[in-house]
Amino acid sequence: MTAVSFYGAGFPYRNIDSLPGCLIVLEGTDGVGRSTQMALLRRWLEDEGFAVSDTGLRRSTLTQPGLDAAKSGHTLGRLTMSLFYATDFADRLENSIIPALKAGFYVLSDRYFYSIVARDTVRGGDPEWGRKVYGFALKPDIVFYLRANLDTLITRMANGRGFNYWESGMDMRFADNLFDSFCVYQSQLIEEFDRMAEEYGFVTIDANRPVQDVFHDLCAHIRQLVKPA
Amino acid sequence: MLHPQPYYGKLIVVEGIDGSGKSTQIDLLVKWLTAQGRTVYFSEWNSSELVKSTTRLAKKEKLFTPTTFSLLQATDFADRWENYMLPMLKAGAVVLADRYAFTAFARDVARGVDPLWVRNLYSFAPQPDLALYFRVPLEVAISRILSARAKIKYYEAGMDLGLSEDKVESFTLFQKRIMEEYDRMVEEFNFTVINGTQPIQTQQKQIRALVRRVLNGWEGLPNPMAAAGKNKKRLKKQKSREVA
Repeated sequence: MTAVSFYGAGFPYRNIDSLPGCLIVLEGTDGVGRSTQMALLRRWLEDEGFAVSDTGLRRSTLTQPGLDAAKSGHTLGRLTMSLFYATDFADRLENSIIPALKAGFYVLSDRYFYSIVARDTVRGGDPEWGRKVYGFALKPDIVFYLRANLDTLITRMANGRGFNYWESGMDMRFADNLFDSFCVYQSQLIEEFDRMAEEYGFVTIDANRPVQDVFHDLCAHIRQLVKPA
Repeated sequence: MLHPQPYYGKLIVVEGIDGSGKSTQIDLLVKWLTAQGRTVYFSEWNSSELVKSTTRLAKKEKLFTPTTFSLLQATDFADRWENYMLPMLKAGAVVLADRYAFTAFARDVARGVDPLWVRNLYSFAPQPDLALYFRVPLEVAISRILSARAKIKYYEAGMDLGLSEDKVESFTLFQKRIMEEYDRMVEEFNFTVINGTQPIQTQQKQIRALVRRVLNGWEGLPNPMAAAGKNKKRLKKQKSREVA
């Protein structure tokens, strides 16, 4: 990273002066093809001779079992869910992302805190509150926003993992069935991401296109970040 | 101050360092208010069923950093708030909390997190109708804890901060920091300070008077169970009289 910078106070009790690695974030709604691109990017960066570490929401050793259990019940409130995700995020940031960056790794992050704030805002949360919670978040080197239209998302879901409770926002009952609720929920998320793209300076990539075209664009942007050895 | 408490119920919280006697006092208060025929709901810090397994794992494996510690306790509080305290306040109960957001403001800041950041975390929580702060000299609290408990736990002693290799010394230094934070908050959050070195009964008398003032002229939600309990007693008395 050229400069270590946080969205707010960071970790005041920790001295983080230099992080030679590079933090690359892929953001976007469910079904835009983030995981596919993550896998392709990883292979490409490793081919180029870079060490790569990847991370994604809900993968922290601290919170994974508890958060999974909480999501399988029906008592998880909006604030509780939001803060549980924040705990997961902080744990990964302090205990895995930052150490990897310190060691000079390329860290690929499948989503960052923007997704959590977007979901929370769509559920009626205070957008300002959410942003301040993530005052400890490190500013990534680059954030890609894979943007796809609702029609594209529907096609991918129908041909992929199908429609499920959380990706349809059924906890909010935007409609009385998974499909209609999915459409309302994902459309609102897209609007939220569009707003954030401007606010946080995301690099927006048209993800309605074939996998290889999207990958090509991502590589072109990353090449500019990659310093020749 | 936090934002004003907008719900029909009443919110009363107790704060103070470990060994300040606050739990003893709130326990007596719960019993007294229930006997008065009030609907009472009691909530304890760090007691959410949803978060329990995660906290246990983190403590056992020593996985916490100051930030994740703070966030997980806020998650615990949010769960208790959304599912229990808030609905009970809306219904018109007297909600009593053994520790509230102020515990986080004191402890997490003592651990090194940003004071404004942690205040924002809890900004959904309203200012209590009464916030009692139990103040005791550090030595008194320490001797109470050491005589009552077999072993001070790792995070309780602030061992994660590396203040001292010795648990008792670390505990003392950590509690001192926490106390300084509490003292700083007296004005900020309008704490009513209770001298926790007084006899238990004296404190309880003082607290009941303060609570009476808060509840004065307020109906609240009646407690049919307590009323039924009173009737039962009355019936019993009648019966025993009949037998006699």
